[in-house]
Amino acid sequence: MITLAIIVIPLLVAAGLFFVKDSKAARSIALVSSLVTLILAGVAWCRYLGGNTESLQFSFTWIASLGVNFAAAIDGLSLVVVLLTAVLFPLILLISFKSEYKSSFYALAMLMQSALFGVFTATDGLIFYIFWEMALIPIYFICALWGGENKIRITLKFFIYTTVGSLLMLVGLIYMYLQTPAPHSFSLAALSAVHICPCYQVWVFWALFLAFAVKIPVFPFHTWQPDTYTTAPNAGSMLLAGIMLKMGIYGILRWLIPLTPDVLAVHGSIAMILGVIGLLYGSIIAIMQQEVKRLIAYSSMAHVGLMAAAAFAMNTDAFKGVSIQMISHGVVVVGLFFVADIISRRTGTLQISSLGGIAKVAPRFAIFFMVVMLGAVALPLTSGFVGEFLMLVGLYQFNAWIAAFAGISIILGAVYMFRLYQRAMYGETTAFTKNFEDIKGLELFVAVVLVIMILVLGIYPKIILDIL
Amino acid sequence: MEKQIAMSNFLVALIPLLPLLSFLIIGLNYKKLNKTITGVLASGSVFISFILSVVAYFQVKAGATFEVNLFEWIATEKFVINFSFLIDPLSSLMLLVVTGVGFLIHVYSIGYMKHDEGFNRFFAYMNLFVFSMLILVLGSNYVMMFIGWEGVGLCSYLLIGFWFKNTEYNNAAKKAFIMNRIGDLGFLLGMFLLYVTFGSLDFKTVFSLAASYPVGSTIIVTATLLLFVGAIGKSAQIPLFTWLPDAMAGPTPVSALIHAATMVTAGVYMVARSQAIYVLAPLTMDVIAITGIVTALLAATIAIYQNDIKKVLAYSTVSQLGYMFVGLGVGAFTGAMFHLTTHAFFKALLFLGAGSVIHALSGEQDIRNMGGLRKALPVTFMVFLIATIAISGIPPFAGFFSKDEILVHAFAHNKIIWGLGFFTSLLTAFYMFRLLFLTFSNSFRGTAEQKHHLHESPKVMTIPLMILALLSVIGGFIGIPEVMGGHHALNQFLGRVFTAPAEELGLSHSMEWILIAITVIGAVLMIVFAWLRFGKKNLVPAGDEAARPALAKLFMHKWYFDEIYNTIIVKPLFWLSEFFHKIFDVKIIDGIVNGFGSLAVWAGGRLRYIQTGNIGFYLTAMVLAVVVILFFMLAI
Repeated sequence: MITLAIIVIPLLVAAGLFFVKDSKAARSIALVSSLVTLILAGVAWCRYLGGNTESLQFSFTWIASLGVNFAAAIDGLSLVVVLLTAVLFPLILLISFKSEYKSSFYALAMLMQSALFGVFTATDGLIFYIFWEMALIPIYFICALWGGENKIRITLKFFIYTTVGSLLMLVGLIYMYLQTPAPHSFSLAALSAVHICPCYQVWVFWALFLAFAVKIPVFPFHTWQPDTYTTAPNAGSMLLAGIMLKMGIYGILRWLIPLTPDVLAVHGSIAMILGVIGLLYGSIIAIMQQEVKRLIAYSSMAHVGLMAAAAFAMNTDAFKGVSIQMISHGVVVVGLFFVADIISRRTGTLQISSLGGIAKVAPRFAIFFMVVMLGAVALPLTSGFVGEFLMLVGLYQFNAWIAAFAGISIILGAVYMFRLYQRAMYGETTAFTKNFEDIKGLELFVAVVLVIMILVLGIYPKIILDIL
Repeated sequence: MEKQIAMSNFLVALIPLLPLLSFLIIGLNYKKLNKTITGVLASGSVFISFILSVVAYFQVKAGATFEVNLFEWIATEKFVINFSFLIDPLSSLMLLVVTGVGFLIHVYSIGYMKHDEGFNRFFAYMNLFVFSMLILVLGSNYVMMFIGWEGVGLCSYLLIGFWFKNTEYNNAAKKAFIMNRIGDLGFLLGMFLLYVTFGSLDFKTVFSLAASYPVGSTIIVTATLLLFVGAIGKSAQIPLFTWLPDAMAGPTPVSALIHAATMVTAGVYMVARSQAIYVLAPLTMDVIAITGIVTALLAATIAIYQNDIKKVLAYSTVSQLGYMFVGLGVGAFTGAMFHLTTHAFFKALLFLGAGSVIHALSGEQDIRNMGGLRKALPVTFMVFLIATIAISGIPPFAGFFSKDEILVHAFAHNKIIWGLGFFTSLLTAFYMFRLLFLTFSNSFRGTAEQKHHLHESPKVMTIPLMILALLSVIGGFIGIPEVMGGHHALNQFLGRVFTAPAEELGLSHSMEWILIAITVIGAVLMIVFAWLRFGKKNLVPAGDEAARPALAKLFMHKWYFDEIYNTIIVKPLFWLSEFFHKIFDVKIIDGIVNGFGSLAVWAGGRLRYIQTGNIGFYLTAMVLAVVVILFFMLAI
């Protein structure tokens, strides 16, 4: 029932919030709701560790004639992303307190959380697809309503691009559904049990992969992303990069790999190479970026490229690496966008050339940014290292050369991240930064929570690795 | 008995944790703590670690080995990486060097950094560094070592760019971190290969499993070469050495601790630690010896023409590290660790002495503007002289014994390497005494104002100098060679770790004596030569722009390494970044994506014309379509 509760509670709250006018009340309700789901996710975690997995699944018949069940469950992989979603939402909401959002923003955010939980737990293909599309709608409105320059054009492109991908996935799923023995079923178990000729699996593979690749995004399906991240309001960027793109990674692990086992060796490798290309390509582009959020966007593209590649390495090291990296990347990228949020709210600019000397005037902020950056460059004892180490080790077992190429990113990552840090934080202060106020209160609280998560996951990753 | 061991485990864990604790206390209260408390806390924590290291040393000497497993760090179904420490003779030696020299430098820094507004931040970073370095040394597997390996890199970054308002310093810091990361990639890949091969990254497991591999097996050679790439980065060898001279931007105690005595020797330690696999890879050993000797020679040629007191010492460090790698490459593992130890003493002393000079001159670093400081800074002069003699290899000072051991082994291994090593030692004696004479002899060449302010450093700085001076004098006695009737205590101590049979030297005693005589006489002649030029004749190097012979220009400009890297790597990378972004990404890939969008809009625009509302047209179209469909069906 917990699984159902974490989907339904945010949904009901969202529905209610559309009728709340007062934005202060709305945000409090949203925060409380997100804390309730966080507690429920924690309970789910305890139950899972206690071996009580029965209570984490449910199934209701929905459309009996089509064999569609409203079915969901939480296993280790689901738990990882459910925890990520549950932990990040309250933080993102807290960060958004600093900006003036209307109550509808909080309603949309809750709607999105419900959809995300649905995506991450669904065990029925059609339900998965429905939640998948449902997650897109609120983020579209968040970006289109509160975004920056060119928000309508950019957000529409993002919407169409991802929808096209999703439709391909729907076609793939329906095709697989039709191959199940009558009466047909959309359940994950039934779909994975289907054995079709590899010549058809290839089509299913690419149909599903494209949907996931656009969302992640994997090179060369990424061009919606830098514009969208840059234009979206900071809370939107955090939701997109922190949680939503994990839908794609999760989709690969949960649906794509079980459904198309026979073509992974060849076509999985192609996808893997695309991931590694994106990793290096994104890293190289990030080096010369002049705007903070755009730099974060390309760096995020690089990181998820590695995750996409490692997802196809098909060994436990890589699998565990991808799983823990989903959390780590979520925390780190939210941290980075939070940094951008703090800078832009205080200075009114995100042009790197306008910044400088912030470490001098805001030492607490400097420490926070430093820890987040170290997580991003995967320094040992930060969360980033565990994931990248396991992913690279996993890739190495698959193919040493791919791992070697992917490994170049640890150098490039240091280049662009340290460049950003240096330009923003060191040197002399500028007209924009000389009155930079250090973080305190709510901001400090969120920063401390993020820092603790980055360090705890880096020092004691067992808490996550044990559930996989 | 059992209780005693449990107690020891706790104490072993304290060795790295105390500096970490001090880092946290200072770091979290950096605004509130006054300088005295910070100084005492920071130095005190390292001092207690030192005491514990001494205790551990005696127990290890008595035959104990400590293995402390704190917790399971990263585990998958296939392998487990424990957060665990190992103290055997090799790490015990390193512990003493790191905490001992580290403590002295901390104390010195209390005086050196006294007037700096970033005093607390400085000590927080220093403690964090000591913690990382101790993790590196104590780790009982490669991944633990890697934690320390990258951790010291971070601290190095933070401390090189300590005065972060200066962009040039920041660039130096960034360069250091990035060049280290290049090496780290090699280290990582080496680890992966070891893991795939042996299913573990634990030192003990890897070494015992590797023993069954034949000498020269491809896997071992590849893995050792990859790990060595890591050592090249961290220990500033060719081709990744250019970050170290730039790293001198940091406060001088940082240069002494990180960029001379400890961090940069991590590569040497790593190879020595991995002796069991390196001896199985003769090719790698040759690569190490050649890299070492070329680096030693090249850095020495550059040092001759440097006029910044810290830059001379920086290139000298690169050169001496080269010696250590020569030692490793020719199989003199003890010799390399020996030189690492004595070098830590005299090079830390040289840097701290230089710091004392810079302190007295309020920041002046150009030796052309010094001279005659002997009288004003008598203590600094004395200790600097001792260290200079030690590094030049004059007996019975510390550097003589360790360098001699490496050179003797090099001679037995390969005469060319010995020849180059000998030549480098001549250069070393020359440039070090050039530095000494230019700084301390004759008369002062600086401004009148500087002269007015000249002062000897306070006790808190000079006492650590004196202790290091003492160590630079007697440090060599831990390894008196047999030919001189010694027992080589270090050899016996490390014998438990370096289990591979030492290469037979095959040199007669008289041959060894001749080699010693040649190197010592050569060094003395070079000292005399340096004295004639810079002492007696009082020559002062010309300005940077003065006309010079081509070779001198090449040396002075560091063989143009930075310029070459800039042209073939940095600039193309920036260009590629711009190209990928502005042309490939925006124009081509996004162009295609937008093309699909435009196509849809265009097609919509065209198809719109079909919707005319004319029923006749619709009917005609329908009939035509039916005909076409029928035609296709019949055709099939």
